Amino acid sequence: MDIYARNILDHYQRPRHRGVLAEADASFHELNRSCGDDFKVYLKLKDGLIEAISFEGQGCAISTAATSILSEFFLGKAPAEILKMDLEALRSLLGIEISFRRQKCALIGLRALQGAVASLAPSA
Amino acid sequence: MKNYRADFPMLARRYQDKDLVYFDNAATALKPQVVLEALNDYYLHHNANIHRGPNFLAEEATILYEEARQRVADFIGADTEEIVFTSGTTAGVNLVARSWGEKNLQPGDVIALTRAEHHANIVPWLQLQASRQIKLQYIEVKADGTFKPESLAAVLTCPRLRLLAITQASNVLGQFYELENILAAAKARGILTLVDAAQSVVHHQINVRQLDCDFLVFSGHKLFAPSGSGVLYIRAAVLATMPPFLGGGGMITEVKADSFSVAAGPTKFEAGTPNIEGAIALGAACRYLQTIGQAEIFKREQELSAYFLEKLASYPWLRLLGGTQNRLPLFSLVITGLHPHDAADLLGEQGIVTRAGHHCAQPLHDSLGISASLRASLAFYNTEAEIDYFFASLNTLRQSFQN
Ligand SMILES: Cc1ncc(COP(=O)(O)O)c(C=O)c1O
Repeated sequence: MDIYARNILDHYQRPRHRGVLAEADASFHELNRSCGDDFKVYLKLKDGLIEAISFEGQGCAISTAATSILSEFFLGKAPAEILKMDLEALRSLLGIEISFRRQKCALIGLRALQGAVASLAPSA
Repeated sequence: MKNYRADFPMLARRYQDKDLVYFDNAATALKPQVVLEALNDYYLHHNANIHRGPNFLAEEATILYEEARQRVADFIGADTEEIVFTSGTTAGVNLVARSWGEKNLQPGDVIALTRAEHHANIVPWLQLQASRQIKLQYIEVKADGTFKPESLAAVLTCPRLRLLAITQASNVLGQFYELENILAAAKARGILTLVDAAQSVVHHQINVRQLDCDFLVFSGHKLFAPSGSGVLYIRAAVLATMPPFLGGGGMITEVKADSFSVAAGPTKFEAGTPNIEGAIALGAACRYLQTIGQAEIFKREQELSAYFLEKLASYPWLRLLGGTQNRLPLFSLVITGLHPHDAADLLGEQGIVTRAGHHCAQPLHDSLGISASLRASLAFYNTEAEIDYFFASLNTLRQSFQN
């Protein structure tokens, strides 16, 4: 797996949208204890679309970069897009190979976002 | 020390164009040729069920299996009647919890552990806490890996204490604990003692009479033998009072339609066809280590440890968990600016096998205030050159994360 891909290192060292989102519509905590990855994500909607995303917590380069990249990607999109994303789609978004041993790392941010969307009231 | 690398065929393995540097011995050790041959020999020449059937194959297999029990008994200074073959450390602790624990523990009774325990010596007791309303008390561990004296004293004077279940060496801190005094203090109060020797037995010569514990558990796979083999030592007088755990063939003397009588001795706990080849290979591993000499192995490991610690001192961005005294050749590191999981993955690309995570000791990591560490764990077949390569690779890695 190419952790050194410019994009990945850049998002690891300068994660976007870090912090707590005041007045979030949903938040979700996802934990991967065996690796030590631990992220909480926040979502804020406006007119049925994602207006803001943020995340806090810590993890390895892959998990941090993937979460940061997702926090940019889903801005302005419908929450259903988050639910639809799978490993294959994530892989092309990250633009790197994801080895079997790093799948959990790559997926933790997506799982957290999906948890947050699932916790939204059905009408939202 | 003579070079024993040729005894371990895995050391010839390469990853891409790199030599294998195996620094994950605390997770599981490599297997020497003699252990692989013992496995092969069993399947090529004996393959039989033991303790049943008057055919010559069954007799050969039974003799090999019981010889292995003798070898293991000799290895830790026990009697053969005190050696129960298990599938590993975890199985041993669970057996004690379910057989001895369920028979003897009353609500409010206390079991004491240390903060350095592996999950294998925590979860079976948490299960009893839920089913039997017992309590757990922990001996706290200082940053240098040693026990906090006041916490140890509190445990040893706890009125309802019934069992002290304690590790002899931490798989994270690398600390080796001299347990004799603590075990003697417990014994003086009539408290039973269980020693988790999963890590310690690989590096220190163990004698259960000298330790004077009631139970001692370890796994074959960390001791250069196959996975799914393991040992539970039970002091003979205690074993005689314990009810069987699993029921089935092999653990009975007689079965009637509505009753059964239980075998005496360790086979009481070996219901069903056991891991025969695993036990035989574990016996072969014990003999292999005795042939080299455990004192020799200890000496070589101390050299490697001293070298590792000396190198480590020149990298201020590496923090070692635990102290530097009484240490196994096992080093858990926190790396400034590099997540352990990334480090382990990328070291792997250089052929270096290490482990990252909490190493199945989550309560310990919580008490240290960290989520994960990178662990390098060595064996007597590792070399100074491998240690150099490890630090050089880690250094390069970290630099590439700095840009
Ligand atoms: C101290 C300690 N106890 C128990 C275990 C569990 O051993 P097993 O998984 O072989 O049962 C380990 C293995 O990592 C260990 O290091």
